[in-house]
Amino acid sequence: MLNGIYLRLFLYLCSRMTEKTMEKLRILAESAKYDVSCSSSGTVRSGKKGMVGSTVGGVGICHSFADDGRCISLLKVMLTNYCMYDCAYCINRRTNDIRRATLSVSELEEIVMEFYRRNYIEGLFLSSGVVRNPDYTMERLTAIVRDLRTVHRFNGYIHLKTIPGASQELLQEAGLYADRMSINIEIPKEESLKALAPEKDHKSIFLPMTQIQQGVLENKEDRKKYRHAPRFVPAGQSTQMIVGATKETDLDILKMSNTMYQQPTMRRVYYSGYVSVNTYDPRLPVLKQPPLVRENRLYQADWLMRFYHFKVDEIVDDKHAHLDLDVDPKLGWALRHPEFFPVDINSAPYEDILRVPGIGVKSAVLIVNSRRFNRVTSYHLKKMGVVMKKAKYFITCGELTSSFSQPIIGINEIRPERLRPLLLSKAQQKRVAAEQQLMIDFGEDQNS
Amino acid sequence: MQVFIFDNTLDGLLTAVFDSFFLKQQPEYLLAEGDQLPLFADEPHHVITDSEHAERVWKGLEKYLSKEGLHMISVSWLSEEHTLNQPLFNFICKVFRTKVRELERNASDPDVLEVRNSCRRVLHEQLRMKQFIRFQKAKDGTYLAVISPDHNVLPLIIDHFQDRFNDQPWLIYDAHRHYGYYYDGSASPIRITFEDEAAVPFDLSNGKLDEDVLSENDKIFQDLWRTYFKAICIKERMNPKKQLSDMPRRYWKYMTEKNATQ
Repeated sequence: MLNGIYLRLFLYLCSRMTEKTMEKLRILAESAKYDVSCSSSGTVRSGKKGMVGSTVGGVGICHSFADDGRCISLLKVMLTNYCMYDCAYCINRRTNDIRRATLSVSELEEIVMEFYRRNYIEGLFLSSGVVRNPDYTMERLTAIVRDLRTVHRFNGYIHLKTIPGASQELLQEAGLYADRMSINIEIPKEESLKALAPEKDHKSIFLPMTQIQQGVLENKEDRKKYRHAPRFVPAGQSTQMIVGATKETDLDILKMSNTMYQQPTMRRVYYSGYVSVNTYDPRLPVLKQPPLVRENRLYQADWLMRFYHFKVDEIVDDKHAHLDLDVDPKLGWALRHPEFFPVDINSAPYEDILRVPGIGVKSAVLIVNSRRFNRVTSYHLKKMGVVMKKAKYFITCGELTSSFSQPIIGINEIRPERLRPLLLSKAQQKRVAAEQQLMIDFGEDQNS
Repeated sequence: MQVFIFDNTLDGLLTAVFDSFFLKQQPEYLLAEGDQLPLFADEPHHVITDSEHAERVWKGLEKYLSKEGLHMISVSWLSEEHTLNQPLFNFICKVFRTKVRELERNASDPDVLEVRNSCRRVLHEQLRMKQFIRFQKAKDGTYLAVISPDHNVLPLIIDHFQDRFNDQPWLIYDAHRHYGYYYDGSASPIRITFEDEAAVPFDLSNGKLDEDVLSENDKIFQDLWRTYFKAICIKERMNPKKQLSDMPRRYWKYMTEKNATQ
């Protein structure tokens, strides 16, 4: 009898605790979701006896895709969304009237381990609002990752946010447990950053970045001498910039990412289209929709720099400070440089083939491999997955032209300005046509 | 018109290659048993699978193809695609006839491209399994996941799961092909089949463990995961099209966050 009562009490307490936990998880996930970084790549670490988990490297593993189409790889959550800072663009700013919560250390660790064991997640992405001071906050984050690694024997991926202004000793310790550490630039120009986030400056962001980089480089040297020295931030760093909250041009943004990629440990720069979370702040634009197309173009430009051997000043320059929203940056470059084409598929070097619109890395590799065996024709290209609709204006494959093969008309015959409308998608064509149409004002407003 | 018929195994296909060279015949069609014979076919040659002959063909392939090329053949075979037989057969014959090294790199050859694409589809799906498998914990501590992939990818993913979850017993069961792998937490995973599939304590249509064998706190974590899944979505950026292309609907039935109705 008594046992029964205790049992019921116990179950009641359990269910209350989980309801609370559920609510906290909801609040803290919603607070963390505007950080777009999601990757779980960069380290290959196979499983170890007595530990749970592994990391796979390569492209990483996305375990799910949310309704907004973004990948869910890591459990992206904040330890707390209380914050003493008042950054205008951030949902968690001090002056915002939102629900606040803090996960207890044991709750968080249990969620991570149980989620991981069910193959829901690839690891943890841990961030936090700044409470009391940066060091205090960083210390709590470090304690959690230390616990996960040493007590729970967690061997999966950990992405840890660096708190701006945290001391070097704490970073040194955290780096031993985290796979990747990141600190967000958010705004590429310091004066804009200062206007929106008065407590932050570029020094508080770049200093920890350099310190982590030093740590990684020193660690590399150490590991040459002692093979078993523990690894320090093996998956390097990443960062994020907000797009569309301030008046920075794409030139400013891409210049900044380019500088970032010069650093040996910077692996990824993310671009986050600004979602109007704080509509009341007069310093921020009110956007009906986040600038998704612009964000997409920035990612395309980023890919050009990382995988397509493009230099940043080929993509944007003072004359073209903004990326063309109608055509992707690679096509944009091709249209500005007709003299580079046509590219001969059967003899051009790999780097040149990569520059042809409609040919990606995969098909470029296929082409270079296949042409050792026989001449590659437009029929082959189509089969390999090249987008001939675009590519046909930019290549020759040494064929006699007929109605079946590529047309003789290339970019230099058509001229770029007439080719451009041909390559726009149907929807874009309609929009351009609508813009060009003369609008005749019948003065209906006055009459009615 | 010369037709070969084989027993739809990889060894059978390799034996068919052996026979083709041994008999000095190049068949127009390689058919699996039970396939419809084409019109005007001569008396078909039935290939009798001989593992020794198959072994010899494989040894021969090792001479001409790179490791990746051999891998491509064995992986593409797991696709279980009916349309793969002919191109794969042609490709292997071509390797021996042309004696060109690393012919697998020639994507301008239609047969190579077919095999390559099959291989790519299989590898793509094995990644999807690594992504979308969802375990439930049973009372005895075993973690269970049910899958029914288009291709037979289970052999490709067990290493990954053994490496990752080396201290927890798990069972991954392919409901479509009626077999699975069980790992007891220490020894290497073993292949299992159930004599009576109706008696298993889980539902093969949605992968759910029966109420009475589900561990106590598993429901809680399932709910937590669903809550998290909803919370992480940014409403202003809704994009169901991208979600569907990255996570096709056919995988949803076994996924915790998408099969909430109990």
